[in-house]
Amino acid sequence: MTYIKSIGAYAIMLTSVFRRPQKRQIFREAVFKEIDDLGIKSIGIVAFISFFIGGVVAIQTALNLEDPMIPKDLIGFATKRSMILEFSSTFVMVILAGKVGSYITSSIGAMRVSEQIDALEVMGINSLNYLVLPKIIATVLFYPFIVLLAMTLGIFGGWVAGVVTGLFEQQDYVSGIRIDFDPSLIQYSLIKSVVFAFLIATIPSYFGYYVKGGSLEVGRASTNAVVWTIVMIIISNYFLTQMLLS
Amino acid sequence: MIEIKGLHKGFDGTPILKGIDAVFEPTITSLIIGQSGSGKTVFLKTMLGLHQPDSGIISFNGKSTADMSINEKRQLKQDIGMVFQGSALFDSLTVEENVMFPLKMFTKQSKEEMLERVNFVLNRVNLVNSNKKFPAELSGGMQKRVAIARAIVTKPKYLFCDEPNSGLDPRTAIVIDNLIQEITDEYKITTVINTHDMNSVMEIGEKIIFLKDGYKEWEGNSNDIFKTDNEAVVNFVYSSNLFKKVRKLYQDE
Repeated sequence: MTYIKSIGAYAIMLTSVFRRPQKRQIFREAVFKEIDDLGIKSIGIVAFISFFIGGVVAIQTALNLEDPMIPKDLIGFATKRSMILEFSSTFVMVILAGKVGSYITSSIGAMRVSEQIDALEVMGINSLNYLVLPKIIATVLFYPFIVLLAMTLGIFGGWVAGVVTGLFEQQDYVSGIRIDFDPSLIQYSLIKSVVFAFLIATIPSYFGYYVKGGSLEVGRASTNAVVWTIVMIIISNYFLTQMLLS
Repeated sequence: MIEIKGLHKGFDGTPILKGIDAVFEPTITSLIIGQSGSGKTVFLKTMLGLHQPDSGIISFNGKSTADMSINEKRQLKQDIGMVFQGSALFDSLTVEENVMFPLKMFTKQSKEEMLERVNFVLNRVNLVNSNKKFPAELSGGMQKRVAIARAIVTKPKYLFCDEPNSGLDPRTAIVIDNLIQEITDEYKITTVINTHDMNSVMEIGEKIIFLKDGYKEWEGNSNDIFKTDNEAVVNFVYSSNLFKKVRKLYQDE
């Protein structure tokens, strides 16, 4: 019953979020600020993780290819496919759900418990529209670029791993990347990233906006927000994969 | 003028406000007092539209909020200034940006005009050289001043204050009380203050409404309150030894 109530409240929240912003200039400024807070400030961690995961995938594939009949360019092919299909969109988004989701919930939750949201409402400002819509626009616009960056750095990380460890030849890796290149897989990954970006912006906002109590409850709400965002990313990943690839 | 008739409000089946009638007049500083849990904050927030009343009428200048169009409600909100208990300043904005915020949202003034108005109200609340500071860098009293400046920057017709003295030392509390009263007189606004601070009652209590368990138990002014025989008011006012002595002095006179 609580879950149904929450889904209803989340849907009602979205109807308030998607209204015309009261002042376009302020809205534009807010979107750029959110792109900086939620997007640009996440590039470092995404780049770091993508680069090393790409390397690890390449090394693990190389170490598991003992059969001389299996061509070595499979290493590059497997790394490319792993990075494009799952890592760059799903796992990077799970990482962002943790980093950005907890930030969104705690910042909005802190505003709720310190009556800053009430202050906005008293002024006649649609607080949901003012606080949440710029986050949605920022993440939906910017996260596909983060996913593209993760793909590139992951594949590059695999190549660097080959150079550093000497486990496979660079030419094999590069030819593996070129085999069976299918742009629709990148499209699939970007579509997923848009959906996940929407979930990352809205679910933590919901938990933060409706928090009741004090700082302890804000902390709890942040944890719940991250858990539920990840759960929803994984579930929607399942359905999106079936819809887009089957 | 604000008129309240038969206001009821409850949460999850528990009644909090049980049919309150009240009138708040312009240029008068009205105080709502009562013990914690008496319904003061719910009363204030229901007047402000932050809670939807279960029944009853809330009228601003003769027009019920229930009969107002969306545009009229929006206009009314722009006529309201509010000072929250914890100041509710936006953490990520500087003092100047906090005070400028309502102007940026609701006026088409140039940056220079807005800055001029911001500096004027900051001067009015005696807060200078703090424009670029963030709320976290200010003392409690300074934060209250910024909150008052933000509340009056759009020249509101109504000013609501929820426990404006909470967390302040007695001296600063009196300064804030007097500032609110001066602003009320100067701008001819209707001011409603929620408090349980007896110093405020004595300093600025031109009209006092005492709430108990969601009912309006008593109404009067700062002179009447020390002479009343209403048991609930007497218990509230003379809960401290200081005021017990004040009462004795009154009785001796």
